[in-house]
Amino acid sequence: MSHPTDTAGSAVAPRRKGLTRRGRRRLSRGAQYTVFVAAVIALAVSADWGRLRNQFAQTAIARQMFPDVIVLALKNTVLYTLSGFVVGLVLGMVIALMRLSSVGPYRWVAGVYIEIFRGLPALLIFIFVGVAVPLAFPGMEIVGGTYGKVALALGLVSAAYMAETIRAGIQAVPRGQMEAARSLGFSPTRAMVSIIIPQAFRIILPPLTNELVLLFKDSSMVLFLGVTLEERELSKFGRDLASQTANSTPILVAGLCYLLVTIPLGFLVRRMEAKAQEAVK
Amino acid sequence: MSRTPEIRIRDLHKSFGDNEVLRGIDLEIGQGDVVCVIGPSGSGKSTLLRCVNLLEEPTKGQVFVGGTELTDPDVDIDAARRRIGMVFQQFNLFPHLTVTENLTLPQRRVLKRDKAQAARTAAENLRRVGLAEKADAYPSSLSGGQQQRVAIARALAMGPEVMLFDEPTSALDPELVGDVLAVMRMLAEEGMTMMVVTHEMTFAREVADRVVFMDGGVVVEDGTPGQVIGNPRHQRTRHFLSRLLDPAMAEVEEEISDRAGKSE
Repeated sequence: MSHPTDTAGSAVAPRRKGLTRRGRRRLSRGAQYTVFVAAVIALAVSADWGRLRNQFAQTAIARQMFPDVIVLALKNTVLYTLSGFVVGLVLGMVIALMRLSSVGPYRWVAGVYIEIFRGLPALLIFIFVGVAVPLAFPGMEIVGGTYGKVALALGLVSAAYMAETIRAGIQAVPRGQMEAARSLGFSPTRAMVSIIIPQAFRIILPPLTNELVLLFKDSSMVLFLGVTLEERELSKFGRDLASQTANSTPILVAGLCYLLVTIPLGFLVRRMEAKAQEAVK
Repeated sequence: MSRTPEIRIRDLHKSFGDNEVLRGIDLEIGQGDVVCVIGPSGSGKSTLLRCVNLLEEPTKGQVFVGGTELTDPDVDIDAARRRIGMVFQQFNLFPHLTVTENLTLPQRRVLKRDKAQAARTAAENLRRVGLAEKADAYPSSLSGGQQQRVAIARALAMGPEVMLFDEPTSALDPELVGDVLAVMRMLAEEGMTMMVVTHEMTFAREVADRVVFMDGGVVVEDGTPGQVIGNPRHQRTRHFLSRLLDPAMAEVEEEISDRAGKSE
């Protein structure tokens, strides 16, 4: 398209033939919008909205889910998540400290744990906890029944991620902090607990909250453990009701309940990240 | 100097890998003495100071503070460090704690003082460094000079017998240096045993009982400020001082001295 005289160095640059730079940019942007709008319209027109509404948005069925979906299912989801988070946090902290230890075997054990549990799907770990543990230790009950099992499974999964996060947080605390603490007579352990870890947690609060969001969603795998009616969480509850009513509205409602928690949490994370950014300045 | 030495360093060596930073240091510091350690960067003066409270593990040699051998593998190093206050170039205040908490937390956790006593000691030491009104501020809201004075107060609150200063004014804006030096001068007058790594020649001349000049990991010259700063005997000391006092003059010589340093 470019004209032969349109080369650098010519004294008077002649105007390009055809469109200017700005004109071409506008045209390209316009084409992208057109394609997007066309795709949306095509989808909206071709979808069978009537059947969709029938399957997913039956107000009568949705109404029938309340209040159980909140007081039972959402409550259980939150309980499972929090218990898994606590187990993961404690275990993750131990593993992070082992990973930073000057004792070789501690570091190796922690490294192996992290590699294994980061590499396995959460689903397999749930099956492992639900099936393999009772087989291996017959007669032994995991404390807390289903709640204990879920806390263990979610904790095992999240500990690997949290250990790496906590380790990064501890390493992000300047070296001078440990030196100052030691020079004041703190033992290494006491300095870690009183000075380093509180600062590390400030640094890793956003990624830890993200981990909480992930756990919140992973708690849906409880359904592979086999739960009683009273122990059902959002996904299981929604699925059960969906098969009972032969309608998918409960799935939609359950999904909305997840978003009810995860979106504010995500918002919180971004707020904390922005604040941390501010503090650095 | 017939008093018993508070700090005694014997044949101290320290290497980082192949890099031998300290090559046999012998030094005694009497009780109540103020000793300034001066020398070019990389001369090992900060490493020497950090070896005195074992923040750096010496490769060889002995360090005694108040009669306790710190280099003894069986020594309770945490207990020994309680008697040694240290002030860092970068202040190293705990940023997540207020000024008062910076002073009270170590007292409570390490010395097991009760809350009231720790608070009293904190307030007293903040008053000494002239920062009583900043008790509830966070370190990030203070100027560098104020932070460094808080760091001094934090060390003092532990009731140390010896204070180590590692270039305490090097990270400060020039106009803030004076306040920190004034606090250090006050401590010296109160009879605190002090070992100060510094570039502040005025402070060294006026406050120090002794000045130690280090270069290349050894003590080159050791004497009163009048001797070492006023009338240095060694060429290396003279060279260093002339560069420090008039940096513009030394530029031409730089390459020559570098070559001389390497051939040693």
